[in-house]
Amino acid sequence: MISHDILVVGGGLAGLSAALAADTRLSTAIVSRVHPLRSHSVAAQGGINAALGNSPDEQDDSWERHAFDTIKGSDYLADQDAAELLCEKAVPAIYELDHLGVPFSRFPGGVIAQRPFGGAGFSRTCYAADRTGLAIVHALYEQSLRRQVKVYGEALVTKLIVENERCVGVVIYDLATGQILPVRARAVIFATGGYGRVYLKTTNAYINHGSGIGIAYQAGVPLKDMEFVQFHPTSIYPKNILVTEGARGEGGYLLNNKGKRFMADYAASAMELAPRDIVARAIQMEIDKGNGFDSEYVLLDLRHLGEKKIQKRLPSVREICIKFLGLDPAEKPIPIQPAQHYSMGGIDVNDRCATSLEGFFAAGECACVSVHGANRLGGNSLLETVVFGKIAGQEASRHLEGLERKEPGEKTLLDEALAERNKVEAWMSRTSGEKAHRLLNRLKLVMSEKVGLFRTKSELEEALEEIREIREDYGRVCLSGICLRYSQVLVNMIEFACMLDLTEAITLGALRREETRGSHYRLDFPERNDADWLKHTLITLKDGRPEVSYRPVRITKYKPEERKY
Amino acid sequence: MKCTFRILRFDPVEDECPYFEDFSYEASEKKSLLEALMDVRNEQDTTLSFRYSCREAVCGSCAMVINGKFDLACRTIVDSLGSSLIVIEPLPNLEIQKDLIVDMEPFWQALHKVEPYLFPAEEIPEKGHRVEDRVMEKIDQFANCIMCGCCYSACPVVSRDERYLGPAALAKLYRFVRDPRDRRGFPRWSKVSTETGVWGCDTVFRCNEVCPRTVRPADGIESLRRRVVLGKIKQLFKRER
Ligand SMILES: Cc1cc2nc3c(=O)[nH]c(=O)nc-3n(C[C@H](O)[C@H](O)[C@H](O)COP(=O)(O)OP(=O)(O)OC[C@H]3O[C@@H](n4cnc5c(N)ncnc54)[C@H](O)[C@@H]3O)c2cc1C
Repeated sequence: MISHDILVVGGGLAGLSAALAADTRLSTAIVSRVHPLRSHSVAAQGGINAALGNSPDEQDDSWERHAFDTIKGSDYLADQDAAELLCEKAVPAIYELDHLGVPFSRFPGGVIAQRPFGGAGFSRTCYAADRTGLAIVHALYEQSLRRQVKVYGEALVTKLIVENERCVGVVIYDLATGQILPVRARAVIFATGGYGRVYLKTTNAYINHGSGIGIAYQAGVPLKDMEFVQFHPTSIYPKNILVTEGARGEGGYLLNNKGKRFMADYAASAMELAPRDIVARAIQMEIDKGNGFDSEYVLLDLRHLGEKKIQKRLPSVREICIKFLGLDPAEKPIPIQPAQHYSMGGIDVNDRCATSLEGFFAAGECACVSVHGANRLGGNSLLETVVFGKIAGQEASRHLEGLERKEPGEKTLLDEALAERNKVEAWMSRTSGEKAHRLLNRLKLVMSEKVGLFRTKSELEEALEEIREIREDYGRVCLSGICLRYSQVLVNMIEFACMLDLTEAITLGALRREETRGSHYRLDFPERNDADWLKHTLITLKDGRPEVSYRPVRITKYKPEERKY
Repeated sequence: MKCTFRILRFDPVEDECPYFEDFSYEASEKKSLLEALMDVRNEQDTTLSFRYSCREAVCGSCAMVINGKFDLACRTIVDSLGSSLIVIEPLPNLEIQKDLIVDMEPFWQALHKVEPYLFPAEEIPEKGHRVEDRVMEKIDQFANCIMCGCCYSACPVVSRDERYLGPAALAKLYRFVRDPRDRRGFPRWSKVSTETGVWGCDTVFRCNEVCPRTVRPADGIESLRRRVVLGKIKQLFKRER
């Protein structure tokens, strides 16, 4: 049986950071459903935040200011001590990335270049042109080769194995061989990323089904703040490929069908660089008012930046527009619309990345510390993956220090794998039923239409009802005729169960939270309500049903005030 | 547009040899080949296998040969192919694991041989490294690589001699050799001054042609050659003195 001290699930930025930070005396491995370089983190374009103060006239930036912007941007739902930790660690984290080989863009004089991003008072976002994610993932993966970190690629984790209230391993579906096997581990770190694909329109990779979050939930670990879903203002219509906020950071305009920079009506001073929730809603309102094009999109205009700047600072955006739209942004504005982009909520962890389950840690987009609260600032997510990924690796190592080396019973591990195998066989033996992908599309449609940018009680209730119906239908779908080796269809089927749990948690959290905060906008409760709702939502699976509870937000020195931009 | 996908199928466990299978498909406007393949899999044959992830040409998963041309399926728009018969094959030079999925292991192994990582200095300089943008620009091109394997599998030298490191690995090495933050030194990296390393290249530039990210790996190989020669001359002079 494969056996390791620390098993990191996920080879994106959080997973790589965790594996690199683990104690070298321990045996650490990464298991990932795709090769680490194929992880969604490579798609990050715009950059990563740290108060380096490198911009010539902004040298007085400080991590405290970064923390304030983060907390204000979060609509005061972030835990303030955690946000402070994130921002304080940001500066050394960037220097370390630079030292490990990330080819950051530079300012004259050779310091790391920084650009303005939404919701920030300073130019604080470090970047490698507009392929920052690619640059950082490759550098960290390369360092993992140097350190000879073992990687099991193309293996999907389907279940956490728990014995005596301790996490002792996972079950995997190995795509290459088609086998379903147990893997033993004394500590497990989930770095499995977000769940964007539960929505029809999303900027996320096809593989972002969020199964890690669902697997944790099924093991009894609470999920936190799931109702907070970020919609990015600028995804290319109709493919929903992202155009980085960096495009507006470099000076891009948003225009409606009258040629007007409509952000003046919504955030007069920050304009296009207001936080994402505000810009995304403004765009949708313009479209709904009839000020869009084809009732679908508005325009992002970069033409005034000039071809040279576009090519230098935003080469990938240009390339994507040319390839996928047949349109050069140096000559024509880009059609854009909001799309799901990021999951603020996730597996409930503390600021040491520990969960309520002993031996089980989580970091990155799948986890909720919470540093982003109700709305994440652009550039803070890559930062979270490297800062908290590292903490997870260190804390899992420390956790093992005190732990006696008792091997968990082989039997539990084998039994759990067998149960998973039986489940798959039952699916395969069914000869008739609806096709899973069609049912999944129904789920995505419900989420996009009823649990999107604008929410109401009645729509959320309908959504919840429909999700429960889809869950029933899921019990009857048919998978016959598949081949077990390299079956993406089987992967999707396994992850579908997790997506049902996630969508239920998102919708239930949204229904209960009768206020508007950050990305969660209730048309029937349009105000923020600190008296009743300055608290985190926790959803736990108890006796097969979601149970909702709440936990106060940790406040240090930043008094909640109205968010104006 | 109505089209026929002629896909090379092979399951090494079940089939004796690869064969072509036709699927007819109605492609809506601006459909990417990857989206189309997913539809075919979902609606027509659930056993059809291929890799994918980001669908925006940056993760390097879905490289294949489309009507004889190496490209990523995600950024290939079906109606722009200008033909209703679309022949889809897995990357050559690599063993088929299933249908369009090939065994990338030889590609990764070649990469590992060049020690494809920065050798950092002992300590992180306070306030970070100072490197001018014009210096970083020199490696930009190579840092754009997504390790999709197109160049490796199109390389005529690789197909003749599996020991040859191939374009992606050598271009990656050059990226580090040019990086002022790297400390590996000439004696260490010049190990690639062999017939299976920098001197193996035939300079037919297939790699430059097929790269979906305009990395132009051959530029890196040529530059490495120049640096090897220069380095050796320098070593000679040092010894003479
Ligand atoms: C298009 C786009 C652009 C972005 N740009 C920026 C930006 O400029 N700045 C910024 O700060 N943030 C940005 N973000 C957000 C940021 O990229 C992500 O939040 C971050 O990369 C997530 O990293 P991660 O390591 O947590 O997850 P991921 O990179 O998604 O990695 C998840 C890993 O887990 C594995 N995995 C998942 N489930 C399983 C399972 N069940 N079993 C086994 N393995 C599994 C996957 O294979 C993968 O390796 C962007 C996001 C998008 C969508």
